[in-house]
Amino acid sequence: MSKFRKKGKKEMGAISTASLPDIVFMLLFFFMVTTVMRETTLFVDVLTPKATEIKKMEKKSLVSYIYIGEPIKRLQASYGTSPRIQLNDAFASVEEIQEFIATEREARDEKEIPYMTTSIKADETVKMGIITDVKQELRKANALKINYSTRKGDY
Amino acid sequence: MASKRRGLPEINAGSMADIAFLLLIFFLVTTTMDVDTGIARKLPPMPEEEQQEDDSQIHAKNIYVVLINARNQLLVEGELMDISQLRSGAKKFINNNGIDPNLSENPEKAIISLQNDRGTEYMTYIRVQNELAAAYNELRDDAALTKFGQRYSMLSKTQQKEIRKMYPQKISEAEPKNIGGDS
Repeated sequence: MSKFRKKGKKEMGAISTASLPDIVFMLLFFFMVTTVMRETTLFVDVLTPKATEIKKMEKKSLVSYIYIGEPIKRLQASYGTSPRIQLNDAFASVEEIQEFIATEREARDEKEIPYMTTSIKADETVKMGIITDVKQELRKANALKINYSTRKGDY
Repeated sequence: MASKRRGLPEINAGSMADIAFLLLIFFLVTTTMDVDTGIARKLPPMPEEEQQEDDSQIHAKNIYVVLINARNQLLVEGELMDISQLRSGAKKFINNNGIDPNLSENPEKAIISLQNDRGTEYMTYIRVQNELAAAYNELRDDAALTKFGQRYSMLSKTQQKEIRKMYPQKISEAEPKNIGGDS
């Protein structure tokens, strides 16, 4: 220890921390760029119901989302308050689901098609009527793997 | 930390890191990675011509009928039931093993039939699905504990398959009725 100390210059003193902000900023930018806030802008209000027996979704790239809920406040003047279906970035009718599933399939590898899941993100206040219609369409499109999106929580 | 040389006027950049850290932590906390969770289910394929094969060979006692009306009330096996009791009711039905003549013969034959109205609230539907899934999960956990001495989730793939074979999750959903009216 003392051997080294003798050689060291006294002026060296503190380590420069000037580059620390740069490093942290780099980290910050990395996080800002990589975290995708939300892929689609939601036009419907969705608060998924609570459940306890939940499972994590496995492969996110193989999941297509169907949002069901009341239009958001801003759009209620033009679209009303009855629950609507949203596919990708637009409102859709029930009949468009088959087409939506077909385009989702085209985007994937052929081998991955059997593992594709459809996640139904519906608001807890919607009635089963619209959900049943969606399920029937999914059956027609032969997209049988579904997932009811829920929050974790007790009743 | 900062150098103590007096001659050079230097802007203290030491706090810059703190500010950047603050921002970093803010982003770390606010951006939820959005882990998607949910109840996985498989829809039955669209019926084609071979419709006649169902129902006939299944005894009525092996079917646990759960009906939900437009007022979110449950009718289980012909009786009004609160959702909180559904789990224990379903467990009793599945794990009956022929003791009660009105309930299932054995877990493998037990089928839960679920039917809802178009006016049923989605929340109630999910809660019923959740309770039924919980009943099966609890039974599987019990079976796993007695057979392998571990919880179901801790078992290996083949052991899990064995337990799943003992308690296959058979939840059938009938085509919904529209009695209570839409929305």
